[in-house]
Amino acid sequence: MPSSKAIKSFLPFVIVGVVAALTITIGAMLYRAKHVAAVTMSKEQTVAAQATDSVHARGSADAPVTLEEFGDFQCPPCGQLAGPLQEIEKDYGTSLRVIFRNFPFAIHEHARDAACAAEAAGLQGHFWEMHDLLYREQGNWSKIRDVQPLFTSYAGKLGLDLDRFEKDIDSEKVKEKVESDQNRGDALGVKNTPTIFINNQSVPSTSLNSTALRAAIDAALREKKGS
Amino acid sequence: MPSQSKSRAQRSTAIALPRGTVVVYAVVALISLAGLADATYLTVQNLAGETAVCGGSPDCFRVLGSVFSKIAGIPVAAIGSVAYFAVFTFATFAAFGYQRARTFLAVTVFIMFLSTLWFLYVQAFLLHAFCRYCLFSAAITFLLTGLIVATPRRP
Repeated sequence: MPSSKAIKSFLPFVIVGVVAALTITIGAMLYRAKHVAAVTMSKEQTVAAQATDSVHARGSADAPVTLEEFGDFQCPPCGQLAGPLQEIEKDYGTSLRVIFRNFPFAIHEHARDAACAAEAAGLQGHFWEMHDLLYREQGNWSKIRDVQPLFTSYAGKLGLDLDRFEKDIDSEKVKEKVESDQNRGDALGVKNTPTIFINNQSVPSTSLNSTALRAAIDAALREKKGS
Repeated sequence: MPSQSKSRAQRSTAIALPRGTVVVYAVVALISLAGLADATYLTVQNLAGETAVCGGSPDCFRVLGSVFSKIAGIPVAAIGSVAYFAVFTFATFAAFGYQRARTFLAVTVFIMFLSTLWFLYVQAFLLHAFCRYCLFSAAITFLLTGLIVATPRRP
């Protein structure tokens, strides 16, 4: 039987070892729960297989590269990426088609209202104008308690029919559109925003910056040319 | 010379400490675990690319997504995890009477204290935004510093 002195000299090593093992185990478990593995859409899940009238797309339908974004208008990283994405759209011209899907998180107080505002503007053919405006003004409306009057003023700024906009924003049609996007995101395993798919292949969250996205688009273009 | 070699031997081996000092080191070790949990959580969030950190708070995102959140490509949170684990290790050994661990503990906590001051300056004056996890870590580091300063130098 080991003496108490021997136990005492081993004990700090045991305690430190146990804490190290626990930290690594819990960290790894948390990482596995949070990490979104790369996803490739099945044939039925691709944009080409979807009804095109329900899709908000910018760019040519024949573009060799399609970038599909799942975004939340109140999410700061989405707002930060909106500007670089617009630059990318301009630079790639007819080679790129961009699709936006609503994926509002409940933790963002006004995200769902913002998604409905964009969809209501979309019913008057101005989805993308409202999309750009909401991201540009994110810092302002995110902090306000009652966002509806502000969203209506945005609609006015875009020259929309305000009576129709106010009716549409609360309509079932708009809610269904937002939910439909969200269901698609859930089916694809979207956990964070922004989540981006380039030609039906998810982009790692660590590559959500202008340089990495351009590299991914270039790679998709090369692959299309090669095939 | 004999007294010098005796002091060197004392530093590398365990000696008996007063109960109060042992309690202080045990408390330091326990508090450092809270810091370790905080820093490990942020490290995992960073590595997993989670963007809804701090409940999606824009201020938090501004801090955790800033250029100051990484040093040579390594997340500051990961460096924090290593630092808190080091504090836990040194405090545990110090509580068991290892003299040299006390010196390492004091040096580590001092470096963490200076780093915390720098990151508070960055949040307040360069980013104009505060991250609640970073503030929690700062509070823990200040508490650790206070405890180490208050601990008697000699057993």
